Formats: sequence, structure tokens, C-alpha cells
Amino acid sequence: MDSVFAAIVQAPEDPILGVTVAYNKDQSPVKLNLGVGAYRTEEGKPLVLNVVRKAEQLLVNDQYRVKEYLPILGLAEFNKLSAKLILGDDSPAIQRNRVATAQCLSGTGSLRVGAEFLAKHYHEHTIYIPQPSWGNHLKVFTMAGLSVKTYSYYDPTTRGLNFRGLLEDLGAAPAGAVVLLHACAHNPTGVDPTVEQWEQIRKLIRSKGLLPFFDSAYQGFASGSLDADAQPVRMFVADGGECFIAQSYAKNMGLYGERVGALSIVCKAADVASRVESQLKLVIRPMYSNPPIHGASIASTILKNSDMYNEWKIELKAMADRIISMRKQLFDALTAKGTPGDWSHIIKQIGMFTFTGLNGDQVAFMTKEYHIYMTSDGRISMAGLSSGTVPHLADAIHAAVTRAS
Amino acid sequence: MRHEFTSSSSPADRRLNALIRHLATASIQSGTAVAFSPTSSFHGDSIFSHVVLAPEDPILGVTVAYNKDPSPVKLNLGVGAYRTEEGKPLVLNVVRKAEQMLLNDRARVKEYLPIVGIADFNKLSAKLILGADSPAIQENRVTTVQCLSGTGSLRVGAEFMARHYHQKTIYIPQPTWGNHPKIFTLAGLSVKTYRYYDPTTRGLNFQGLLEDLGSAPSGSIVLLHACAHNPTGVDPTLQQWEQIRQLMRSKALLPFFDSAYQGFASGSLDQDAQSVRMFVADSGECFVAQSYAKNMGLYGERVGALSVVCKTADVASRIESQLKLVIRPMFSNPPIHGASIVATILKDSNMFREWTIELKAMADRIISMRKQLFDALRTRGTPGDWSHIIKQIGMFTFTGLNSKQVEFMTREYNIYMTSDGRISMAGLSSKTVSHLADAIHAAVTRMP
Repeated sequence: MDSVFAAIVQAPEDPILGVTVAYNKDQSPVKLNLGVGAYRTEEGKPLVLNVVRKAEQLLVNDQYRVKEYLPILGLAEFNKLSAKLILGDDSPAIQRNRVATAQCLSGTGSLRVGAEFLAKHYHEHTIYIPQPSWGNHLKVFTMAGLSVKTYSYYDPTTRGLNFRGLLEDLGAAPAGAVVLLHACAHNPTGVDPTVEQWEQIRKLIRSKGLLPFFDSAYQGFASGSLDADAQPVRMFVADGGECFIAQSYAKNMGLYGERVGALSIVCKAADVASRVESQLKLVIRPMYSNPPIHGASIASTILKNSDMYNEWKIELKAMADRIISMRKQLFDALTAKGTPGDWSHIIKQIGMFTFTGLNGDQVAFMTKEYHIYMTSDGRISMAGLSSGTVPHLADAIHAAVTRAS
Repeated sequence: MRHEFTSSSSPADRRLNALIRHLATASIQSGTAVAFSPTSSFHGDSIFSHVVLAPEDPILGVTVAYNKDPSPVKLNLGVGAYRTEEGKPLVLNVVRKAEQMLLNDRARVKEYLPIVGIADFNKLSAKLILGADSPAIQENRVTTVQCLSGTGSLRVGAEFMARHYHQKTIYIPQPTWGNHPKIFTLAGLSVKTYRYYDPTTRGLNFQGLLEDLGSAPSGSIVLLHACAHNPTGVDPTLQQWEQIRQLMRSKALLPFFDSAYQGFASGSLDQDAQSVRMFVADSGECFVAQSYAKNMGLYGERVGALSVVCKTADVASRIESQLKLVIRPMFSNPPIHGASIVATILKDSNMFREWTIELKAMADRIISMRKQLFDALRTRGTPGDWSHIIKQIGMFTFTGLNSKQVEFMTREYNIYMTSDGRISMAGLSSKTVSHLADAIHAAVTRMP
């Protein structure tokens, strides 16, 4: 008798994670993994922040700590501190209890819970995401029950923002539609609006009654400053309006595998926030009941202790600075080689990723001949580079761009 | 890059220029033009004004109410979390040991796990439930993915079925854990029930169970509690399991096991896995959701696994690839900490042994509480047959008390339980048994 699943087809490998799978299979000693966005040190190693190790020691050595279920919405302290982190310590929205926050599984989990809530309680079931966006966004929102459209974002000719297209597309969206906004360090392009452009975007979104859903995965990681990277979000909250925010601590606290994040919903009134919070529980409980305790406890320990918080900021800035330095080194290397083309986008773009502008053929060439692994859209993770490997990458790019096609 | 909006010929440009001018004007008028849209500004209603306050989760709500009670004699018999004789939560010694080892390993990092979780953990979990020598495992017919405890495993399995299985109905026992229907419904399955509990005997309604499963459409999914049925504590006997198995296989019903108490029910890991192993031994297919919340006391770490036992290795492999497509848009990859603790314990034979000892101690204490409560009610001459207290198995006892009696016990004796009369034996101690016995006695004699 056949399996009841005999007809199931083999699913394709996740394109982003598939890069690391391919990298791992490669035997070459000079291989370079510029695929997944996980920070690497100058030595090419993963990094656990000192302050994280310290916090973890405190927790594990506290023999009074237990492993009881968290509340459905997670660790209350963690939630409050997370809201303050993104909205600002003195945020009136927080002071007036207008913010409902739920601990979720990193950025993905926060987006999914938020989207399922919207699919259940919001009248508009379409979400507009930038073109391009993180590969998983489309699936997260679709599985949650929303339909997904795109708005113009990246301009390949300038390798910058297609601001006109963005305004047109959002301007043409139906009133009330949800709009996904990358809070900073847009993934995969690294192209962010200027503060002035953010202001125009805000006005447009508010005038059309569009609902902003921020994906904040790089706060502090982009510019090195937690406050600077939170500005777009805070601009929207300052106008008294409503919005959703998905926060991740994967990158800025290096907590990747611990799955630490938070979904905040900023509402018009405390009463609404309270009802929204009760309904969030009904989304979470049938998904995984309550969130994991360990990572959020680490984050909370750090956020609430001013010394540890300051240590964290220093280590965070060091990571951001190293990435900015890699950008400069790569740009300089290509300039020194006289590689054809304008490569200034490498230093203009911000955050972990650079959208090189290389096409699929060039990417394949670089993988085959130089053992350099990146996603086929030409996105490279600057965090995966080091002073030692920049020349190899520059060689590869130069070769890819100059070879006869 | 800043765009310059000078006069231009295209209609799009003119529209855009008009829009920009409008926005610029609006800002001069201190934003009043944007003030009346629903999502902006301090004016106007929230877009979620219509959202109603959701009722508190009935099970977790018990603890919420308990926490509010100032009485020094209050007793929480609500949530199924183990408590010591002293009424305290317990972190197993072997868990603390494993955690220290992980912490002290400076080479450990916090990188993303694969979508399906820790490979070691998955293999060891499959062995734990199916048996170390399971042919299904040896033949690579089992795919296992790390999920968020039992709930997460059930949800991922159910979403997979809703997408890939031809039958979208799942039969769940009446009664069952309160969260089951919601998990399956949100995953996209429709939920029906099969008879299970017999209130007159406070045991299994075996006839009703066979009838209802017998009339289920071929291919339907059937949820089975592997052991220590929640909330009733009533389990089929081995002979009854064998009949259930035969019936289900003859009707091609697809078993979905919820295994949340392996080792916790009888004190023996192998014994508590028998029902699952019987089904796997007949070479048929099934789903198994495992939780380490109770048997390793890892509650808040959210550690569990979903195993799918298939006919062939090829199918198992394809199913694994499709499970990733369910998990990736839900939470990308599972949390590393708790599963690392489990893997550490399961793969070290000394630690595994230590675990089985600590696990048996928990199970034994609960069995002892059952005996003590039963004896206390008999001593008081409390009307009724209370033998179900010692016949039922696992963390919970379905007392048979009705909601009025439950309410009475909460009001007069500060005893908290779910309104269906389910009590968590794990919440009892030798010291508190008499208080509970008094309360039951009073409830039964004063509010029959």
C-alpha cells in the first residue's frame, strides 16, 4: 500500500539558506560565504557578544531561576524594554499605555503574528512590500492570510531609491492598505530613504490612511546608533498615528538562534491597546502557546542594567563600524583595480548587505571560479567579509565584470 | 538620491508633482490635511476600535485568578506544571548540569539553527519515542523536525496536513486539551470529535470510541493522546489500543499522536511509548508530536519535535523538504537553547540514566498523591466512588466535580482548577491533600 503522501513533491531549497548549504559542500580553501546575514568577525568567526555571555552566566548561575511557562505574550519586562528601545524611553505612546507588545520568535515570528492578527481583525487584507524585499516576507504574509502587492523601491540604474516610483505606488494603494517598511538597512538592497524622504513617505501614508508595518531587524546595526536607526519609526509614532513594529534581536544582540523578538502595536488609545493585546494571545496560543524564555531573558538582563546596556552599545557600534569599514575597503579595492562601473553604492548603502548590481550570470561565475557564495540577486553580506578576504572578492567582481560574456 | 520635480511632460509626473505640492502644503498647515485619516494623528478613531476584549484562556486564566487571591491556604491545581512536595517548580538536576556544560563551552555560538532544528536532537527524539532499534528509523522512514514544544509540533503537523493531505478533517477525543481545536482550526483543518470519556464510569467509553472512529470517512486524521490523556487521565488498555489500531488501519485513518507525557505517566519511558510503537510496528504511517515540557521540566524553553513516520525513505525526505516551507514563514528556525539541553542529556548515557531516575521520582510522587487523596476521601466517607483517582494516570485527574462544585471549592476553600473539574495532581503535596479532601467532601455533600 502506497504512502498517503506518495504524491508530495520535493520542495526547492530556501534560496537564502541554500547558499550556505552549497558553501558547506565546497572543498576549496579560499571559499567565502557572503550569503546569510549573520555577523562574522575579522577572523571570519561567529560572534557571541561579551555582554551576552555575561548576562547568560548571571541567568544560568542563578539557582532560583526556574523554567516555568512564560505568559502567552512573553516576558513582561522584556516587552516593556523592547518597546522603549524602539520607540524611545520617553515615548508618549508608551507613557499613555497605547502600545501593546508581545514577545515573539525574532523578526519572522513577530511579522507572522502581526500579519495573522491583521488577517483576522483588519478590514484591509492587502500588504504592500517593497520591490525587492527579504525573500521570506512574501511567504510570511501569504501564509498568514494576507495578499501581497509590491511598491517600487530599488532603482537598478542608480542603485539607489526609486523615490518617485515609491510615492506613486503608495499613492495609488487603496485607503487602509498595509505597507511594509524596512525601518533601516533595507534588506537586500541597503538603500534607505533620507530623513526628508521618510517625512514625505509618512505624510503620504497618513494622508491615505495606509497602515505602516515596520520591520526593524537592524536597530543600532546600521549606523551604529540605536536612536538614529529608530528615527523613521519614531517619526510615525510622533504624529499620534497607529502602526505595527516587528523587532528582532538576532543581529544587534547576536542572538540569532535564540529567536528573540517583539511585536509592538501602537494604537490610538490605551483601551484599544488592551483589547488588541488580548486578541494577540488568541493568535499566539494556537501557534506555540508561549514564547521561549532563554533569549528574551538575556536581552532583558542587558536592557535593564545600565552598565550592561552601555557595554552592549559599544559592542554593537564595533560591529557596525567593522561593516562600514568593509564597505570602504571593498570600494577602495575596486577603485584601485579600475573595475569598470560606478561602485559608490557600496559605501552609500547601509547595513549588513550590499546589492552589488551583479547579475545572475556574474554571480554564478564568481561562485564557480572564485568560490564566492551569495544570493543570485547579487546581494552580499558585508558581515561575511574581512580585510583578509576583501582582495579576493574584489578580484572576483573585477573578473566577473570585465570578462567577455 | 534626491529627485528634482520640475515641470515635465508626462501625466505621471504631473500627478506626482500635484501630490508633492499637496503634501508640502499640508505640512505648512501644520498637518491638518493628514489629520483626519484613520491611521494618523491624534484625531479620529483607532482602526481597531471594533476589536473586542478576548476572554482569558480558560486554563491559564486559572493561574491568573490564583495569583490574585491573597489567602494563605490557596491551592493552584490549574496548569499542568510539576510542583515538588514543597509546592515549588522544579528544574531537574540533570538539566542544570547540561545547561552548565553548554554555558561553559566557550566554543558554543548562537548561530541560526537549520530550519528543521538540531539534527542530533531530532534523531534522538525519534529514538526516544519510537525505540532505539526501531526499523522505521533504521530504514530512514522517519522525518523529524524540532518545533516549539507540543503546541508547535501539532501546529506544524496540522498546517502540513492542511496543505498536503487529501482529508482535511481531524477527529479529536471528547474531551481533550482545550487548545487542540484552536490549533487545528487555525492550521486549516476542520475538527470533529469522537467519544472518549464516560462520565458514568469516569473511564473510557470504548464502545462509543470504536463506533465514532468506525464511522469516520476513510483517510480522516485522528488525534490520539499517546498516554496520560489530558484532561481525563483515562487511557485505553493495551488490548484496547490494539483494537483501536486495527480499526484505524482497516479504515485508513491517519493517526496523529500527541505525546506530552512520555515517562511521566507510568514512570517508564518505554511503557508510555507503547501505543505509538504499536502503530509504527505495523509499518503504517503516523504523525507524532513530542513535548519535553513536562518530562524534562523544560516548559518555558519550548522544546518539542514533530515526527512523520512514512512508508518509504523517499517520501520521508520529500516531506521534510515540505515541512521546511511550513516552518520558514512561521518562525524561520527553532530556538537553540532548550533543544541543546535535551540533546546533551539524551546522548550521554550517564545523564540519560540520571534523567530517567529524576523522571520516575516525579511520576512516583504524582502516583503517591493519587493514593493519598483517594485514602483521604475514603477516610472522610465522602459519598461516591473515588477509585478513578487511582485508576487515572498522569498529571491530571478528572474529578467528576461539576462547575458549581468547582466554583464552591474556589470560593470557600481557595482551590483553583479548571471548571471541568480537572485537577493537576502535580500541584498537590502531602500537606495540602487534606485541604483538598475537605473541600471535595464539602462540595459533594453541600452542593450535590
